[in-house]
Amino acid sequence: MSIQQLYSEAQQLSTAKLRDDIVQRLYERSHRLCREGIKYTESRRDTRTEKLDAIFTSPIFGFPIMLTMLGVLFYLTIAGANIPSSMLAEFFGSLEIYLSAFFTFIQAPDWVHGVLVLGLYRGTTWVISVMLPPMAIFFPTFALLENYGYLPRVAFNMDRLFKRVGAHGKQSLTMAMGFGCNAAAVISTRIIESPRERMLAILTNNFVPCNGRWGTLIVLASLFMAANFTGGLKSLVTTGVIVGIVMFGIIVTFFVSWVLSKTALKGVPTHYTLELPPYRKPKIFDTVVRSSLTKSWSVLMRAVKVAAPAAILTWVFANIFIGDTSILMYAVEFLDPFGKLLGLDGYIMMAFILGLPANEIVLPILLMGYLSTGSLTEVDSLVDLKQIFLDHGWTWLTALNMMLFSLLHYPCGTTLLNIYKETKSKKWTFLAFLIPTVIAILVPLIITQTVRFFGWL
Amino acid sequence: MSIPKIIKLVNGEKGNLIRITSLNLDGVMRRRLLDLGFVAGAIVEVIRKSPLGDPIAFRVSQTTIALRKEESSRIEGVLMTDGE
Amino acid sequence: MGNSYRVALAGNPNTGKSTLFNALTGLRQHTGNWAGKTVSLAQGNVLYKDKTFNLIDLPGTYSLFSNSNDEEVARNYIVFEKPDVTVVVLDATSLERNFNLALQVLEMTKNVIICINLIDVAEKQGININERILTNRLGVPVIKISARNKKGFPMLLDTIDRIVTGAIECVPVQTTYPDDIEEQIKNIEPKVSELIGNRLSARWVSLRLLDGDEKLLNEISKRFGQKEGSE
Repeated sequence: MSIQQLYSEAQQLSTAKLRDDIVQRLYERSHRLCREGIKYTESRRDTRTEKLDAIFTSPIFGFPIMLTMLGVLFYLTIAGANIPSSMLAEFFGSLEIYLSAFFTFIQAPDWVHGVLVLGLYRGTTWVISVMLPPMAIFFPTFALLENYGYLPRVAFNMDRLFKRVGAHGKQSLTMAMGFGCNAAAVISTRIIESPRERMLAILTNNFVPCNGRWGTLIVLASLFMAANFTGGLKSLVTTGVIVGIVMFGIIVTFFVSWVLSKTALKGVPTHYTLELPPYRKPKIFDTVVRSSLTKSWSVLMRAVKVAAPAAILTWVFANIFIGDTSILMYAVEFLDPFGKLLGLDGYIMMAFILGLPANEIVLPILLMGYLSTGSLTEVDSLVDLKQIFLDHGWTWLTALNMMLFSLLHYPCGTTLLNIYKETKSKKWTFLAFLIPTVIAILVPLIITQTVRFFGWL
Repeated sequence: MSIPKIIKLVNGEKGNLIRITSLNLDGVMRRRLLDLGFVAGAIVEVIRKSPLGDPIAFRVSQTTIALRKEESSRIEGVLMTDGE
Repeated sequence: MGNSYRVALAGNPNTGKSTLFNALTGLRQHTGNWAGKTVSLAQGNVLYKDKTFNLIDLPGTYSLFSNSNDEEVARNYIVFEKPDVTVVVLDATSLERNFNLALQVLEMTKNVIICINLIDVAEKQGININERILTNRLGVPVIKISARNKKGFPMLLDTIDRIVTGAIECVPVQTTYPDDIEEQIKNIEPKVSELIGNRLSARWVSLRLLDGDEKLLNEISKRFGQKEGSE
């Protein structure tokens, strides 16, 4: 007799309510074990958790506290990362001088120096100095909130909003994670047990700008949107524009979730339960060390793995000439008409394409193109930076479109790789690429054509 | 207390204790609820509502679990006490 | 290696299972506060006396009825990979729900340790656990620890050691079900026994077949179908 035959025999014996009876009996026994083996002397209740929940999930304070926490998390990340980032950049910069000297000393051909130092070294260290400090702050802080038990409360508070569009409250957490890094956030969607809601969270995570895009957004907002303001008002306007962009990303997230849950993901089984564990003081030192070492480090390593080849490729593109035009320039000219249609230009399109491996390098590639330096370039002052943009015909519309394109466009290479690993499906990975790309093209297209039609510019 | 009052979990008020009598769900959701302790005979306490009214958090087998109204409206039980 | 043993860690989410794993192995791994955090199984070694314990951190699950991928991973590891010892980590402040999982593990395998974590928190809340009574009722060792404060580790390691050396014998006390179910089990258990020998607990497999666990059915046909030839 085979196991299959046994199975059908068992199924004939069995009744529909067998599972209920089994679990019920297990719980009865659990209950009895607790009664016999455990004495509850004082109050049985965890009053601390109840008191904290009364605050954190309160109808009045719940949402303000949540927004404050998110704000503090961002502030710590952005403000705290500034100094170490520039220190790292400076360190790598001074090291580069010695490296170049070494290459001259061994009389290496120019192209070797170009590929290895100006391409590989400069590109990779750029990514490291931009990415490492924010991640070393963001992930441990996030992990502390997580280990303390606060995050499930956010999911509890937010669930109603997400339910409207067919998504799961825990998506609010994976989105918050996305502000740090979309690639890590895609992995974090594992917390959503229900397959349909998890897929929604994966496919839309890209619409929250990760830390690699923050830089671009902040620079452009302060250069073009808040240009006519000074002092405190300037940073207020910049912040306002950024908040607006983030809100727009969230609206797109909800819209895309809603459409997908009514179309491609219709009928996929869904279920919802959320445990609210007791609040527990995390081991602060352990948590910080562990999350810095594991998460920040592993995300960084993967980013470097994709950034390194991209850095080489970019250099090669910019430095191999056919006739007197580099491959890069051919591509820029080819893309220019399309870019212009979206209110962008060929350089910007090229920067986003070459920036696929990591969003951090989009702006440096763009500058490299504009200045035709042939290697990634940093500009020391923001005034110079603005002049470069203006020289290439930028207006506030170009800046707005680039910000929107950056917010909405396809996920970076690492994120796409993780989406493939998590979904194990080429189809869904392709959709995760296609949906944002289409939206990122449509939105600037509509805006640009509208503005031009009404002659606002 | 003479006539047992049967209510749905979703209609419970904060502090209510409800002894579960039936789960009107099938499939994965039913099995998951069973695993979490929502079994016939179990006593559930209504803990609190989310700021937007849904989901609702329940105390069951010494843990706090939040359910949406889609699920909590399909679980019925006997109302044991009114919250003090 | 002759004196290397595999020890699987099972348990509900939020029980501090990963904290225990990290504290014992020193392996740098992030601990989560919600379900399904550790999907790819993390492993790490603990040296104790002359032995190496290879710890495997199974996904945190509420049960092992294979409702989800995580549950299937944990279940398959315990049943088919046959760790030398399975440690079930329980949260001392919510034992009722946690025992549900522990009782399921006791049906699947023999060498089990019930490890009650967060004992410091429980004591503060006035929860006094009598591990002797529980050991007696369950037929396997029950140990109280606080993974956070690294309390109770010597006892836990010593118990693992004594199980693998055979100094302690575990005799899990099985859950008895309502008469009609017991009747059905009695009906098919001998046939299951005949088919799978003592590779799995026949009582448990019978119960799963009655419950309509197709995933287990496929797993058995896949694993034992192939093994027959190669062994």
